[in-house]
Amino acid sequence: MTTTAQVREHLRGWAMPHVLCPGCAHGIVGRAFLSAVDDVGIDPDQMAVVAGIGCSSRLVGYLDFCTLHATHGRAPSFAAGIKLARPELTVAVFSGDGDGLAIGGNHLIHAARRNIDLTVVLFNNEIYGMTGGQAAPTTSVGAIASTAPRGSVESPFDACKLMIGAGATFVARAAASEPYTLARIFADALDHEGLSFVEVLSDCPTYFGRYNKLGSGPEMLAAITRSDNRIAIPLAGKRSIPTIDPPDLPPGVELGTLHREHRPVFTGRAGGAT
Amino acid sequence: MNEPRLIRGNEACALAAIAAGCRFYGGYPITPSSEIAEHMARELPEVGGVFVQMEDEISSLGAVIGAAFAGAKAMTATSGPGFSLMQEHIGYAVMAEAPCVIVDVMRGGPSTGRPTSPSQGDVMQARWGTHGDHPAIVFAPASVAEIFELTVKAFVVAERTRMPVIVLYDEVLGHTAETVALPEEVTVADRRKPEVEPEAFLPMLPANDGVPPLPAFGDGYRFHVTGLVHDERGFPSDDPAVAGALLRRLHAKVENHRSEIVDVATSHLDDADVVIFAYGIVARAAEEAVAMARRQGGRVGLVRPRTLWPFPDAEIAEAVRGARLVVVCEMNLGQMLLEVERVVAGSVPIAAVLRGDGEPIDPDEILAALDRDMEGALP
Repeated sequence: MTTTAQVREHLRGWAMPHVLCPGCAHGIVGRAFLSAVDDVGIDPDQMAVVAGIGCSSRLVGYLDFCTLHATHGRAPSFAAGIKLARPELTVAVFSGDGDGLAIGGNHLIHAARRNIDLTVVLFNNEIYGMTGGQAAPTTSVGAIASTAPRGSVESPFDACKLMIGAGATFVARAAASEPYTLARIFADALDHEGLSFVEVLSDCPTYFGRYNKLGSGPEMLAAITRSDNRIAIPLAGKRSIPTIDPPDLPPGVELGTLHREHRPVFTGRAGGAT
Repeated sequence: MNEPRLIRGNEACALAAIAAGCRFYGGYPITPSSEIAEHMARELPEVGGVFVQMEDEISSLGAVIGAAFAGAKAMTATSGPGFSLMQEHIGYAVMAEAPCVIVDVMRGGPSTGRPTSPSQGDVMQARWGTHGDHPAIVFAPASVAEIFELTVKAFVVAERTRMPVIVLYDEVLGHTAETVALPEEVTVADRRKPEVEPEAFLPMLPANDGVPPLPAFGDGYRFHVTGLVHDERGFPSDDPAVAGALLRRLHAKVENHRSEIVDVATSHLDDADVVIFAYGIVARAAEEAVAMARRQGGRVGLVRPRTLWPFPDAEIAEAVRGARLVVVCEMNLGQMLLEVERVVAGSVPIAAVLRGDGEPIDPDEILAALDRDMEGALP
């Protein structure tokens, strides 16, 4: 892991203070990403990071690379244009679970299908943070959100399974509570040629934590690790959520690198795949 | 000039784009524009360019904007339903100042409408389709040769103004083959690059014409791009003074380049009692109507904007001065008519020949309107 001083080199100090809430783990994720960029040895002038709309997407404004804060859910399409037009750039996408899996779901799966050489980081905090805590396509059954006041009844996506099915050639899941592992996985993802997808289990103490009485940021992160890697599993112990009985607990999700293969990369050019 | 040959409108559009330096096409199939994508899929890789068929029209323009920031001249083409989906990113391209070209080959609407019939129903959508106050630059060619000419011009203007530039024509022009001698060379333009070192670079600091220089990602200038209101550093700002100044600059830069953008053709106006206002394919019928009227001794002229937006206020006002009747002809239920009414401001009576049924306007229909609306128009 790179030192704090080295990581600061990659931040736009003039843009601080940042917009993230106290206790939000997105900053930890960002730091692990910057550390990986250094470990892989990417020239900052040749690094582009594209984001959609949402809390995690605002992060890119603080990164001292070429950064593009796109429209809601559409970041993979902007990133595809950048990478195809200028293949020597390393291009990453930061997206949230609402941004990437709801409004941007179509763009995400097609980026995977084409196997464009992008690294997509999906920050999953199971809620829409920036708009005030509405239910997301990742919200666990039974969890409270401002648009699911009686507990969510919709089945959440398993983002990694979705992306493996769509054809992503590197798929991994990591937790914000394990920044060293996260940095290593990011480095592997950046190194991988083809569409790399990393789902990061993050937290939103301001909305998801408060609505579901999961405590502050550190408590939520600790719970991710304690509870077989699923934010919402501590929910099962809450009497305020009657819809989940312990036998019906959703299974914990697997962490680590879940899928890796080599497949021709789409370039859009004569000669086709590399 | 090259040897004259038969060229279809959509092919002329693709040929013009490549001649103007377009090296990135992102698009989604839709009738009646698909031939442009098909031509680009064949030809762009041959000149070192990139073709990508995206998953929809939203992502098509997203990819085009991404490519623009990576330094490419980039375009997409579509028709009404796809143009509706592109509105989100037309606004983004205005706000983030991404030079790019969007071609809308208009078909009958609303909704899925009549996919293989012509229309001019998107002229107001091209102006106001995306949300918020924003400028628009829209060209309306009236022939295959003009599709070539104005597509090249669209790239030139996009590069000079850092704007999304729209080329609007209809199904008939897209699919009509005309004998055209294409120029061997065209005048192209490239975006202005920064002259300062990266450390001193302010990405949204405009030059005198209101247009900020634009380096490509990877040129050594690390900067931020956003659709949020932003300051000269390109960083989001909530300051009303910043928001107001940005919005005014986005409009002012189009005004500053007005003389390069606005383009109005006229014929037989010197002695005209009646001035026909028509654009696109309808102008071809109007030209025929003028010729027929002149043969009968009618003093009829034509004003034909090749730039629809910004609307050529002064040029239209000048064209109708002294006329006793203005006849607005368009293949919709009266969209540019509203603009002509605004500019004429009651000084001359206005008649309209409007069709929304997906059939082209016939010269006889225009003559019939002259006869009906002005006694003695056709002696």
